[in-house]
Amino acid sequence: MASPLSNGRSPLLEVGDLSVDYVTEAADVRAVDHVDLEVQPGEFLAIVGESGCGKSTLLFAIAQLLSPPAEIAGGTVVFKGRDMVKLTEDELRHIRWRDYSVVMQSAMNALNPMKSIEGQFRDTLEAHDSMSRKAIRDRSAEVLHLVGIDAVHLKSYPHQLSGGMRQRAMIAMALLFTPELVIMDEPTSALDVVAQRSLMSQIKDLQRRLGFAVIFVTHDMSLVRHYSDRLMVMYAGQVAELGATGSIFENPLHPYSKGLLDAFPSIRGPRRPLTGIPGSPPDLSRPPSGCRFQPRCPVAMAQCVATAPDLYEVGGTRVRCLLHADAPKDAAAV
Amino acid sequence: MTIPMTPEAGAPVAAAPGSAAAPGSAAFRRFVQAVLRNRKATAGLVILALMSIVALFPQLFTNVDPQATIFDQQVGPSAQHLLGTTQVGEDVFAQLIWGTRLTLLITVIVSLAATVISVLIGVTAAYVGGMADRTLSLVTDVFLVLPTLPLLIVLTAYLPSGSLTITAVMIATSWAFAARQLRAQGLSLRTRDFLEAAKVRGERRSYIIIVEILPNMISLLVASFLGLAVFVVGFAAGLQFLGLGNSTELTWGTMLYYSQQNGALESGNALWMLAPGAAVAILGTGFALLNYAFDEIGNPALRPVRRRRGKPA
Amino acid sequence: MRYVARRMGLFVLTLWAALTVNFLIPRLMPGDEATAVLSRMKGVNPAALHALQVEFGINTDQNVLVTYFQYLGNCLTGQFGLTASRVPVMTDILDKLPWTLALVGITTVIAFAIGTMVGVLSAWRRGGRLDSILPPLLFIVSTMPVFFVALVLLYVFAVTLGWLPIASNYELGSTPSLTLGFASDVVSHAILPGLTLVVVTAGSWIYTMRNNMVTTLAEDYVRMARAKGLPGWQIMLDYAARNAILPNLTGFAMQLGYVLGGSILVEYTFSYPGLGYLFYTGTTNHDLPLQSALFLVYTLAILICVLIADFASAILDPRTRDS
Repeated sequence: MASPLSNGRSPLLEVGDLSVDYVTEAADVRAVDHVDLEVQPGEFLAIVGESGCGKSTLLFAIAQLLSPPAEIAGGTVVFKGRDMVKLTEDELRHIRWRDYSVVMQSAMNALNPMKSIEGQFRDTLEAHDSMSRKAIRDRSAEVLHLVGIDAVHLKSYPHQLSGGMRQRAMIAMALLFTPELVIMDEPTSALDVVAQRSLMSQIKDLQRRLGFAVIFVTHDMSLVRHYSDRLMVMYAGQVAELGATGSIFENPLHPYSKGLLDAFPSIRGPRRPLTGIPGSPPDLSRPPSGCRFQPRCPVAMAQCVATAPDLYEVGGTRVRCLLHADAPKDAAAV
Repeated sequence: MTIPMTPEAGAPVAAAPGSAAAPGSAAFRRFVQAVLRNRKATAGLVILALMSIVALFPQLFTNVDPQATIFDQQVGPSAQHLLGTTQVGEDVFAQLIWGTRLTLLITVIVSLAATVISVLIGVTAAYVGGMADRTLSLVTDVFLVLPTLPLLIVLTAYLPSGSLTITAVMIATSWAFAARQLRAQGLSLRTRDFLEAAKVRGERRSYIIIVEILPNMISLLVASFLGLAVFVVGFAAGLQFLGLGNSTELTWGTMLYYSQQNGALESGNALWMLAPGAAVAILGTGFALLNYAFDEIGNPALRPVRRRRGKPA
Repeated sequence: MRYVARRMGLFVLTLWAALTVNFLIPRLMPGDEATAVLSRMKGVNPAALHALQVEFGINTDQNVLVTYFQYLGNCLTGQFGLTASRVPVMTDILDKLPWTLALVGITTVIAFAIGTMVGVLSAWRRGGRLDSILPPLLFIVSTMPVFFVALVLLYVFAVTLGWLPIASNYELGSTPSLTLGFASDVVSHAILPGLTLVVVTAGSWIYTMRNNMVTTLAEDYVRMARAKGLPGWQIMLDYAARNAILPNLTGFAMQLGYVLGGSILVEYTFSYPGLGYLFYTGTTNHDLPLQSALFLVYTLAILICVLIADFASAILDPRTRDS
């Protein structure tokens, strides 16, 4: 196991050199390229990036939920001391949902349309524990109450609930066994802005009360500003920047992070013209030479085309940019 | 039936991330490549091509007059008569070759016409909506439920027997299924933005239907045509087998009729019956292979899975 | 409740449409043509011809509407006239009905069961041996015309190998009785026709089921079920198969029209004296009363199946209940 990052505690989850390929008839496409990250117990880690950057793939790879044609091509995912990549499906099933659970983007798609909420909760509970019917019903009502849904909705079917309620029901389901890690894939994307904030603060509140760690994937950086402890910016399947949220927001080291932040003008600051990042994300079957961001980078240098940057450590932040290449290499980086 | 049940027949399920969109001609080239690379599609095309050649140039395959009753009667296969002879002394092989033409013609005409009708009705219903839609849908549903073969038998009872009747009757009874599929897809396309854009541009409704909607339904149209062809091949032959065709016309179906009437299976020249039957089956399989291949090409999730390493799903 | 009412309404409407189509067909033919057709019916003399003309409304000056309602009434009470052999049509039909019902009914159930199981399993084990061999093979067999499968089976097993009887539903000359011997005779006669129907029906259903299952397996809630650590068989059946079958139950019922048509050809090939064979002899005898009655019987059969499928969908799928 690699060295811990903060507080001398050993990390809950340690992803080492993880790569994921999409195996197709034509060629293999590397969607996740040698990613390292750690999550401490109780920590909120946000993963941010454009569509197609590989963040959802990374998430499913960590949760061991990939299906063909996606495959883990290499690396380790050490969760509570065990490398999940090496576990069999049977062994995995023991820790699924008990120790870590998943919240997906669209509850309408993630919940079985033909089963009631209660039925889906019961499936989960019975799969891991033998509980009496009453105990099952009590626990189901209890988690629904946690997210502010009345127990009467246990009998409802997913299509009968509103969008926000469905999403909260999915979060409730994720908490059935009070796991230590909850992985969330853009759970708020399907909601309006007000519902988004409400859900975010509810998640944060639950986190504080129950003490679980969160990996939260989103394309909306501003959403996680006040909720996440650490932030990982992903680009073209690689880690672009990884560090404390506050540091990154105040002083983004990678030009891409800076571009993302500049795209969100502050509601209180002075008015300025909107800026974006020109160009579009690269085709991962043929990534750019050298640094993957250089075609769109406003401060690209000649060597950026020739040399692919490693992850460099600057203060407590890791950044994949040649601008910071004179900083010492991080021991765990590729 | 291989016509997909969902409206969005062409929506890919597992898309590799980060792949940029390809412009029109490149997409077409990739499509052709996909077709050629798919073994089923190639097999289907070979079958259909072979049948078409036989239909167009039967003289290349035999120089015997199929209706000449000069040979020994009801004789089994031999070097002279590859498939034996009929009860009146015609050469079975020659009949098989020459019968291809009319059989193929009926199949293609019925499938094309039925597809055209189903497009007209299905797309109009989807796009025009309202009362017209409800009426057309009702008519379609009724035709859909009416059992085809019994209806065919009843109709052919009243009409002069022959290929024309069979063609007309089959067209009238087989458009309903595809019409329903096309209406479903039409409905899903109807709310798409590019149609709104066309409307705002001020295009006429007929223009929108023909130029904007139809190209998007091509995959479903082709699937409908192929699916229909599989069905028509079998049923047209079946009708003739029962004796509802014109027994003076030469098709594989009428060959089956005569061989059945003369007990070919039991009396030693079974090939007289099995050969046209096999021909019908092979033709149907050719269309079906193409249809199967189309399903796979259009929906990548259905393609054969390549297992490399790692745990099974 | 509203759903039930709507489905029943559609049922009645389609039935009425079928009855009307059946009524109109002979009447839409030009007068002389129709008479010529009628006179081709076996066993027709001038008196019988006149009766037929009245029955089919040709060359009479009876009020069409009156005849129409008489016709509807007759249909509902099962009065379809007399066949070419001067037997009431209804009697003939009821006589042969159990044979076809048993043959088609049992084979459909078997085919559905086999088709679902194989389709589900082969999609579940994508890329396994079952998936690469069985679906393409069965698909090809299922696209073959029904009569060809029947002919091949007949030729191989009955004519060449002699394992099974060539024709009919039981040995000619023996009297039906409730003995084991008679029962096994019936079964041995039903095997080849039954096998034909099972092969053709199951083949196409396996293909459809497999494709639907593959699409369903890609859904998020299946991935979610995996994430929750549910046992594999539960995911396969409870989360995937159930969601894959239900939307297509009605489609399966509609396919029955094709199966019923196929059963006519099968009965003809095996000389199995059910409704299908009756239909065939009706065509050779130009027996119009019999043919039009049989058409209605087949239509009714499909409508009932579609209705059952719709109700099954409603019971099992919560979404249709609310729509």
